[in-house]
Amino acid sequence: MEYSLPQSVEEALSTLNSESNATVFAGATDLIPQLRGGRAEPRLLVDLKKIPSLMNLSFSKGTWKIGAATPVASIKNNEKLTKALPGLSEASALIGSDQIQNRASLGGNVCTASPGADTVPSLMVNDALVVIASNEGSRTIPVADVITGPGSISLGSGEFIIEFLVPQPPPGRSDAYERFIPRTEMDIAVVDAAARVSLDERGNCQEVRLAIGAAAPTIIRVPAAERILKGKKINDELLAEVMEEASKACRPINDKRGTIEYRRQVAGVLAKRVILLAEKRALDKKEIK
Amino acid sequence: MSRLHIECEINGDDAEFLCDADESLLDALRDEVGLTGTKEGCGTGDCGACSIILNGNLICACLAFAPEAQGGVIETIEGMADGDQLHPLQTAFLEHAALQCGVCTPGVLITSKSLLESNPDPTETEVRYAIAGNLCRCTGYDKIVKAILVAAKEMKQNPMKGARL
Repeated sequence: MEYSLPQSVEEALSTLNSESNATVFAGATDLIPQLRGGRAEPRLLVDLKKIPSLMNLSFSKGTWKIGAATPVASIKNNEKLTKALPGLSEASALIGSDQIQNRASLGGNVCTASPGADTVPSLMVNDALVVIASNEGSRTIPVADVITGPGSISLGSGEFIIEFLVPQPPPGRSDAYERFIPRTEMDIAVVDAAARVSLDERGNCQEVRLAIGAAAPTIIRVPAAERILKGKKINDELLAEVMEEASKACRPINDKRGTIEYRRQVAGVLAKRVILLAEKRALDKKEIK
Repeated sequence: MSRLHIECEINGDDAEFLCDADESLLDALRDEVGLTGTKEGCGTGDCGACSIILNGNLICACLAFAPEAQGGVIETIEGMADGDQLHPLQTAFLEHAALQCGVCTPGVLITSKSLLESNPDPTETEVRYAIAGNLCRCTGYDKIVKAILVAAKEMKQNPMKGARL
């Protein structure tokens, strides 16, 4: 095996052109266990952490740019970003331990394509886009279009994610993320959920986004639940319907973390919690304004 | 293929070693450099026994590739004491019996040191969250937490102690 440390996107692309059996990586927190387990056998390891645009975290023109190889610790440690996108920050702060958060990246979390990827529900409800480097030039697609199934992504072999673009929420809009695990730290989601709530001047929902993770082959949006709240003031009756739709939308597996029935039920409960929390945050932001 | 030549700083000293491209930094530290204080527990980033500080960041050495150390600065358990002078955390661990078999201890100490550098006055809850990535299968957490809190207090009263790594 060989190790390569490209200094630019162009150099990384040409390195990938020269070896078809190559793996790009940032934190390697998923890659190394895969190598040890014999589930990946690349001939070339391409370390993306010396490419400046992949290690960037900045805000300009209403958009957060988060480099694909930037450790997720830099998300929770960024006060402005945490205030703007509290749900995304919460999800980042729940990935493994501090040791893992100092290495793991959004690019890796998305491209490992685990059905329980912690940051993906928050990225999805926040309309995050990914900028992909390829030989044909870069292209930009929604996060949801990257993941095609458990462990499978739409990127070609010579391609990699440069950065994530996440819009800054305007006043009256906020997000939330909750993950259910049997302990408080260091575990994989039984089910997790993210919501983004946008309120109008009367406090009614202009729009709600809901995503559920670890409850289907890929992380899912729940449009049926989102429609229930559109244009309405959130109340218990509507939330009961949301919970039912969230449970119905799941296609979970039975495993040691939970049964199908249990996961469906937890999905409903988390859906309600994240919507209420995002609503509260959206209201708080309105008051500040 | 020939092995890679890596130059870095380990515990304040210039160091160099040869490694394979896919060798873990943990294996390189233990087998190439001979620093066996850093332990392998799970090898998958779950247990924290191999916690080290790379370029100022607490990481699991089992989840980094050895070539990533090129030009970097590494701190391991071997650099924690100043000669015969133990770090206040090490002293507190001994005085409060915060170790039993000792396999998790180097990792817990490095994690604790990393915590106290960013948060010199942690609450018990903050300590427990900070060491969440370090498993002790002798179930000695209460004594570990107590020792960390005592060391934090000691280091606040005597800031010179623990000034070196």
